Amino acid sequence: MIPAAFEYAKASSVDEAVKLLDKYGEDAKVLAGGHSLIPLMRLRLAQPKALVDINGVKGLDHIEAKGDKLHVGALVRHVAIHSSDVVRDKLPILADVASEVGDNQVRNMGTMGGVVAHADAAGDYPTIALMLDAEIVTNKRTIAAKDFFKDLFTTPLHADEIVTEVVFPIANGPHKYIKFRRRLFDWAIVGAAAQKLNGHWRIGLTNVGPTPVRAKSVEDALAKGAKPEEAAQHASDGLDPAGDLRASPEYKKHLARVLTRRAIEQAQ
Amino acid sequence: MAVTQLVGAKIHRREDPRLITGHGHYLDDFTRQGTVYASFVRSPFAHARVKSIDVTDASKAPGVVGVYTARDFKGQLTGTHPTTPAFTAAKKYVPERFPIAEKEVCYQGEIVAVVVAGSRAQAADGANLIQVDYEELPAVMDLEKALKPGSAKVHVDGPDNIGWDIPYTGPEVTDAAFKEADVVVKERILQNRLAPVPMEPRGVLAEYESFDKKLTIWLSSQSPHFIRLFVSGSMGLKENQVRVISPDVGGGFGSKISPYPEDYLVPALSRMTERPVKWIETRTESIQNATHGRGQFYDVEVAAKKDGTVTAMRVTQFLDIGAYHGTFAGFQACACLMAGGAYKWKGGITARTIGILTNRVPTDPYRGAGRPEATHLVERMIDLVALELKMDPVDVRKKNFVQPEDFPFTQNFGLVIDSGDYEKSLDKALQLAGYSDLRKKQADLRKQGRYLGIGLSTWIEICGFGPSAATAPATGGIALVESAQVRVTPTGAVMVYTGTHSHGQGHETTFSQLVADQLGVPMESVDLRHGDTAEGTAFGYGTYGSRSLAVGGVAVSKAVGKVIDKGKKIAAHLLEAAEEDIVFEHGSFHVKGSPDKAKAFGEVAFASYGTGLPEGVEQGLEATAYFDPPNLVWPFGAHVAVVEIDAETGNAKLEKYVAVDDCGNIINPMIVDGQIHGGVVQAIAQALYEEVVYDEASGQLKTGTLTDYMIPSAGEIPQLIVDKTITPSPTNDLGVKGIGEAGTIAASAAVINAICDALSPLGIKHVDMPASPDKIWHMMKEARK
Repeated sequence: MIPAAFEYAKASSVDEAVKLLDKYGEDAKVLAGGHSLIPLMRLRLAQPKALVDINGVKGLDHIEAKGDKLHVGALVRHVAIHSSDVVRDKLPILADVASEVGDNQVRNMGTMGGVVAHADAAGDYPTIALMLDAEIVTNKRTIAAKDFFKDLFTTPLHADEIVTEVVFPIANGPHKYIKFRRRLFDWAIVGAAAQKLNGHWRIGLTNVGPTPVRAKSVEDALAKGAKPEEAAQHASDGLDPAGDLRASPEYKKHLARVLTRRAIEQAQ
Repeated sequence: MAVTQLVGAKIHRREDPRLITGHGHYLDDFTRQGTVYASFVRSPFAHARVKSIDVTDASKAPGVVGVYTARDFKGQLTGTHPTTPAFTAAKKYVPERFPIAEKEVCYQGEIVAVVVAGSRAQAADGANLIQVDYEELPAVMDLEKALKPGSAKVHVDGPDNIGWDIPYTGPEVTDAAFKEADVVVKERILQNRLAPVPMEPRGVLAEYESFDKKLTIWLSSQSPHFIRLFVSGSMGLKENQVRVISPDVGGGFGSKISPYPEDYLVPALSRMTERPVKWIETRTESIQNATHGRGQFYDVEVAAKKDGTVTAMRVTQFLDIGAYHGTFAGFQACACLMAGGAYKWKGGITARTIGILTNRVPTDPYRGAGRPEATHLVERMIDLVALELKMDPVDVRKKNFVQPEDFPFTQNFGLVIDSGDYEKSLDKALQLAGYSDLRKKQADLRKQGRYLGIGLSTWIEICGFGPSAATAPATGGIALVESAQVRVTPTGAVMVYTGTHSHGQGHETTFSQLVADQLGVPMESVDLRHGDTAEGTAFGYGTYGSRSLAVGGVAVSKAVGKVIDKGKKIAAHLLEAAEEDIVFEHGSFHVKGSPDKAKAFGEVAFASYGTGLPEGVEQGLEATAYFDPPNLVWPFGAHVAVVEIDAETGNAKLEKYVAVDDCGNIINPMIVDGQIHGGVVQAIAQALYEEVVYDEASGQLKTGTLTDYMIPSAGEIPQLIVDKTITPSPTNDLGVKGIGEAGTIAASAAVINAICDALSPLGIKHVDMPASPDKIWHMMKEARK
């Protein structure tokens, strides 16, 4: 539980952060909230040679609605998303999700950019981003969410690329995110999101595979007029989740179906 | 007790302002000048031969003072790990254990080398550079397979894997009752392995002063005197050369009673390096290496009559010892002796315990130690009888309870239950829970396809260890009595030394309440001290087994009584009255019938250090007392859990929890409530959440962090409804019993009984712990087929 030695540098701008990342090369890691990275380092599962701390970078903590988009800066903390009137007004499902991430310590430190870049299968924001066709903006380019979450902990980000913001469509229609977990502060064993956007349901699933999942077959069934309980039966189509200490693959697939139905039914 | 102003009052804990504002002194708050830090290299395998250890790179690493392996400790430490010599086993095998492994490692986490360096980080980095060449051996993980002839062995040179086999009573004891039974119910009941996870992990700071040949050990321990005894012996020192200080300790739950390898190695390293050496356990080391609890299964059969009378029980305990016997591992077998619970078993109880070695970390007492297991099995079996006979579980319990007029009651194993009124606590709990309404609600919900369950646990406990005759054989000769010393300074300040040890129990408050009342002085005049072997009496016995008040508190009270007796002699002299005419009350000595002819306690204290004392009376006002209780004490109570199970997800949600407990007279109701809350939650955790999981093939620990080892938070627990009955114990003058473990002893059975009750319409009779949603969902799915 004592990390290996590493160098530490604090950046005050995105440019400076990129320069530092160039300097340290592949073995450097960006430090934002640190609530995933630091525990991995303490267990020595991650042993970066250097940390580039971007917490001092200005201009990455914005929450702005522009046209039909909601822009959330990479350094916006969960607590800020949860308590933002703009988010509650323009994309309330995101505020709901933020309120259920981890515990108070995590919510006070963890960031939008950190969760997205870490690409943990159990992360909640990636599900919302994928489901809503959000865009991940970096210092170099804009990447569609469907092209971003490649595999477990795997994204197309280069070593010197930093997420600067995530751009969501505005969606304030009926919505619900159900995070099935044993303890209040846990990750989702399985999560299911339902959001009505432009008259159509979008359905997303958390932690049922190496990446977030958009349940297109459920969406299609709903579009064809299927009842929620019928459509939700498709939630496990094509899923092959890994089992873990909390849930067997079979149970996760079952939960995907049950939670999807409940999310649709409870959406408001 | 003449005065009861403080005793019985909800007084805020004196230690809390210090502890909750960060002003406590835990182990890691201590450092000596020149301290170096130890980091241990531990086996990544459950079972392996150590072929070679290459320390070359580690020795050259920055800041490294030295690297040590088993050979280096051979001249420093002698003997094997102390274990309960106690009981007469039909079969017994206790593997030798040196604090550091040389040729064979037998559990994941066993120490093979240690690095000492200038900082914790340097020590950790150095430890990472040590190359150990292991040859992996088969890991023995399954209890039943381990028992079979020809099984792979936990220790390659051992005769087999049977640590002990003790038939307490043979099958013939219950043959007749089983023959005559109307119904027989059988079940195999699992006890999941648990990690203690104290808020403060373990830690050792040792400073050996080579000039004086004196060793001081700061240690996060529940029993500092026992540690002094064991470590001095192993290091070849006299006990008076060793001082053990156990400062503020952030919880133990039993895991800080027995000595650990590090408790020997760190002091030895200090002697070897001539530097103070410190080691603080990491959380992962704690989950991996602190002794675990439970880890058992039971095969149980109960014979009953049609009217609900239970007549006889047959129980076999299969206990996972781990790779070596924990010092008090054998105590967990008390589950057999307590298997009868609160009931009469006229047809007898057949009981046998089998301790089985496996390639896991050793088990040892964990909050309740044997008694939660006993409650769980007997309360489950009573419910199975009720289910079989289609009776209300309340009626089966009432039919079989030992009745108030039966006490003192000699139970099937000859233990004498001192007091009880089981029906009274059950009735109170049922009333608080709204039992009959709950049954109506349950019937209504069942019609809607919803699964509400109501579970009872009418538990009893044996605690307050213990009478010398009963405990001395179990410890190898040292009886678990308790000592106390009370010293009064010339200005009347009172210093109380107890051999018990507070690591969350609040002794600074409760013992001070007791003493202040007895002496009629304000609580502020009383200072309670413990945890330092250089202070107080020659030997203290520590805190575990809910013994502190019922044994230690009584010793304190006895010592205070001796001080008062001496005070009476001095007061009589000062007041020119006969000693037998002196009355002590409200902090004042006065002549019987003449309250104005009086000397305050402080005046007598001052006079005791002066001249003109009565003939034959020495100066000073202090006394030492030991209390050897005539019996153990027997708390009891009734708990009711209400659970609703999600028909689709199998998630069991605890809707309501009622605890009515009886620990006799109460010193501080707030502290009693706190103990109940903590204990109940710890058992709910066992029932629903916690389990140490190892890979069954490789023996790799899969729950090495608090992400995977699931301790519930306040968010998962409903507001507990806590109440009490008071049945004073006749065993001691204070009428008190223990309460530290009660909640843990009671609650798992209530929760699991509620879950089984909820699922009974599906024909599900038994669910093992932890009752996870996945497990329940699978059972429901099978049952619906």
